[in-house]
Amino acid sequence: MRPTLLVFRREFAAYFATPVAAVFLIVFLALAAGLTFFMSGFFDRGQADLSSFFFWHPWLFLVLMPAIAMRLWAEERRNGTVELLMTLPVQPWQIVLGKWLAAWAFAALALALTTPLWITVNVLGSPDNGVILASYVGSWLMAGAFLALAAAISALTKSQVLAFIGATAVSFLFVMAGFDLVLGAVRSWAPTVIVDAVRSMSFLGHFQRITEGVLDLPSIIFFVTFIAFCLWLNVRAIEVKKAA
Amino acid sequence: MALVEARDLVKRFGSLTAVDGISFAVDRAEVVGFLGPNGAGKSTAMKIISGFLEPSSGQAFIEGYNSHTQPIEARRRLGYLPEGAPAYGDMSVADFLGFIAAMHGMSKRQANDRLAELVERIGLAEVWNQRIEALSKGFKRRVGIAQALVHDPDVLILDEPTDGLDPNQKHDMRELIRLIAARKAIVISTHILEEVEAVCTRAIIIAKGRMLADATPAELLAQGANAFAITIVTVDPQRAIEIISTQPGISKVYVAERVDGVTRLLVHAPQSRPTVAELAGVLGRSDIAVSEMFVKHASLDDVFRQITNGAEN
Repeated sequence: MRPTLLVFRREFAAYFATPVAAVFLIVFLALAAGLTFFMSGFFDRGQADLSSFFFWHPWLFLVLMPAIAMRLWAEERRNGTVELLMTLPVQPWQIVLGKWLAAWAFAALALALTTPLWITVNVLGSPDNGVILASYVGSWLMAGAFLALAAAISALTKSQVLAFIGATAVSFLFVMAGFDLVLGAVRSWAPTVIVDAVRSMSFLGHFQRITEGVLDLPSIIFFVTFIAFCLWLNVRAIEVKKAA
Repeated sequence: MALVEARDLVKRFGSLTAVDGISFAVDRAEVVGFLGPNGAGKSTAMKIISGFLEPSSGQAFIEGYNSHTQPIEARRRLGYLPEGAPAYGDMSVADFLGFIAAMHGMSKRQANDRLAELVERIGLAEVWNQRIEALSKGFKRRVGIAQALVHDPDVLILDEPTDGLDPNQKHDMRELIRLIAARKAIVISTHILEEVEAVCTRAIIIAKGRMLADATPAELLAQGANAFAITIVTVDPQRAIEIISTQPGISKVYVAERVDGVTRLLVHAPQSRPTVAELAGVLGRSDIAVSEMFVKHASLDDVFRQITNGAEN
């Protein structure tokens, strides 16, 4: 576990080595607040809950999580440090896990900085804090899924821009998997089983089930499984690159 | 057992064969120089031996551990400086080397002791707390070397350790390599031939992925054709050329330069026969006035060009 922790520490610190982290956090908070207050009319709704805040998370994460994860591997490839890292006496999965954890922790920090909103609704009314907590957990899990996917895609390229675009495009499919935009394309040729399988991959659907009430176990399992699968893909991507 | 062993390594990238059947072994106290033109496959071969790339076929071993199938065991014993000495620019020298030491499983105390020793030896004290991206090329390269030496490995694979250094830094780097060479097996790649003569006990010449030579620098030099440079004062150099070229052991005679009745000839004598005295005697008996005559030893440059140009054709 020590190598994972070492990689985690290095990567997490790397976020703060440049102003990028600060810029990112400001953009995230500004967008989250802007969308919640102006687009969703947080005050006009007259309800003490954060559903208008969490509503935007899948869409925010769609762009912001690839931005966090794009550098994880692409930067290493560009600088050649991947060669250094991959010739150290540690297992590839330890590095993959450490990098993803660093990105996930950074996402946790971003989410933690939105807690003034939580405090605000508690001052203004009496919200169901259980739902809010569940929503935060769900949001963090969903962020982890976006990050794991983007990290795996980042391992395929030297270019952070390509990693970002690729990750956003693929993430978009997973967000929209419950909508006709994606389902329509599948329905025309695939049997119902497949259509249902695709629908069950929807980030939006799983996230909504978590935010609607208690922590929905199947949805939690979905996100955890998705993360594990993407991390495995990440390890595979590194190994395939090695043989290429 | 050889500390480093390559067995018939082959690496293909699509239709390109970057490394084509490289085999060699390196024992303790040997410094092997990988020589070759740019793009010869030196770096690719080193990447395979270090375990970063998988060979298309063949095996590489570090102290008997297959660097592909037993990567962890092999890497524990390996210090590797990748091409271009990459390092995390956003870290300070201290943090970076501490990170590498910890990844090698060293405790904080072990790492601190070892780093204190390395800082002195490699001359990193003045930049110890600076960010790596702010360092000069010479210091960056030294950080790369320090990183490879942190865990005191028995095997060192250094891809162009002196590239981009100024002459003083090159000298220091060679001194360092010589200093640690006795206890280790070292493979360095370079296209600087003087480096091979300066530090290597053996040179392996690679071109187009193939091994063209594996010999000591002295043996390689001996492969080079010696030549005589003869300056004669004569109105008829053609007669001198005829006389010289009929001597046994002479492969080629040609006019190198001709100014005001003074002709400089270059005479190739692959077996270093005849001797200068013999040749002078022959010319003297033919009444050709020799004003200067000396043996021009082949340089490693010449040998390198002879060997690698052969491969190009």
